[in-house]
Amino acid sequence: MIPAPFDYARPSTVEEAVAALADEDAKVLAGGQSLIPLLRLRLAAPTVLVDLAGLDALRGVHSDGDDLVIGAMTTHASVLADPLVNRYAPLLAQATGTVADRQVRHRGTLGGSLAHADPAGDLPAVAVALDATLEIAGAGGRRGVPAADFFVDYLTTALEPGEVLTSIRLPKRGEGWSTRYEKFNRTAQGWAIVGVAAAVRRENGGIAEARVALTNMGTRPVRAAAVESALTGASADAETVRAAAGHAAEGAEPTGDLSASAEYRSHLARVLTERAILAALGQAHAA
Amino acid sequence: MTRISVTVDGVRYDDDVEPRTLLVHHLREQLGKVGTVVGCDTSNCGACTVLMSDPDGRLVGVKSCSVLAVQADGREITTIEGLAGPGNTLHPVQRAFHERHALQCGFCTPGMIMAAVDLLSENPDPTDDEIREGLEGNLCRCTGYQNIVRAVRDAAAAAREAGTSAEPEPPTVEAVDAATPDGGLPSEGTPDEAVPQPVP
Repeated sequence: MIPAPFDYARPSTVEEAVAALADEDAKVLAGGQSLIPLLRLRLAAPTVLVDLAGLDALRGVHSDGDDLVIGAMTTHASVLADPLVNRYAPLLAQATGTVADRQVRHRGTLGGSLAHADPAGDLPAVAVALDATLEIAGAGGRRGVPAADFFVDYLTTALEPGEVLTSIRLPKRGEGWSTRYEKFNRTAQGWAIVGVAAAVRRENGGIAEARVALTNMGTRPVRAAAVESALTGASADAETVRAAAGHAAEGAEPTGDLSASAEYRSHLARVLTERAILAALGQAHAA
Repeated sequence: MTRISVTVDGVRYDDDVEPRTLLVHHLREQLGKVGTVVGCDTSNCGACTVLMSDPDGRLVGVKSCSVLAVQADGREITTIEGLAGPGNTLHPVQRAFHERHALQCGFCTPGMIMAAVDLLSENPDPTDDEIREGLEGNLCRCTGYQNIVRAVRDAAAAAREAGTSAEPEPPTVEAVDAATPDGGLPSEGTPDEAVPQPVP
């Protein structure tokens, strides 16, 4: 299928991009790996596509004090290869490595993936687990939105019409932290039926802090708060982890679809949470 | 219409395109590069895979059905038609696919080969698991994966033995002229039946 006609703008500054988005049916084009298929199926028919590829400032990763700042147009492949990401946010690299396939990871971007907000996308849960702040530019200036508030509903974010996601800011979690992204899907390049993003900080043999967020357990990423509190201050043994993971689906409202019923998703959330935390702790899970 | 300039298989092409034109259609219908095929039309199958330069100039595998032609402006592209060396000597991956019979109907082959070239450019000595993982964006509906994996393994070994990268050398002007005297475009006097016709 061929997309419906649209006008094409390729701004070279954020200000120009915001100006080009003035038309209410304008749409931002990042890597296009979600948007172009939607255009081809004519599920989306914007009047103007505003391509951010000319905005060099939106690409790349840099360190800013206690934070890591990742440009929204940084591709998945660049995120995967980045030494700062691997050192301070390995969870992001682990999840990014499971996104689609090599070709898609060469074109798709972190910002595009977050702004698209597909509940089965792997990276929104990582942003929530790592307390990311999404930095946004619009006609009214710039603002930062915590990941917990950014994802509003199915394919819906806190981005207002005319706004552009410019970068993702993550607190560095290096020393002491260990992480794992566990994902269940049935086919190669398949979307997550359920995914679990887990990060734990060990101290004196126990678990001092835990962050757990779930992919595809609702219309937006869900923080597994009951698991986190059960793990905080607990010992790092398999029994404790199993008991904590039993709370994984609490408060989540998964939907049923062709891939899985809601009950099965809840089961997966518990099993994958246990596996993710044990793997992060360096222990193999009991089969 | 938007003016774009794309270098494909060593030849620069300047064209006016509609912004909605997909790169694969531009390659096939405007530039006559019909070696790159359209498979699923839903960005799953990878049959349309080509190498395209990223902003740093590195050639990487992309699905040309999920790239707009306007996004390729200023970029360099290698298609399956640009892979052979001077005098049409087969690229190590092409040779290995031939020798290992890594194809049945052959429809996925151009994309499969380009994806393998992309994989080997990053990982010149992949395990079988890494090959399967690296080619997960490409589907073979004949399910002929076994020989494809063997071929990629062979190609990697051959490239390592020869001490050359499996990454394609940029084609020389002479090689391009020898392979496609008209740069891939039909010339005056070419009989119609010899010109691949774009599928509507």
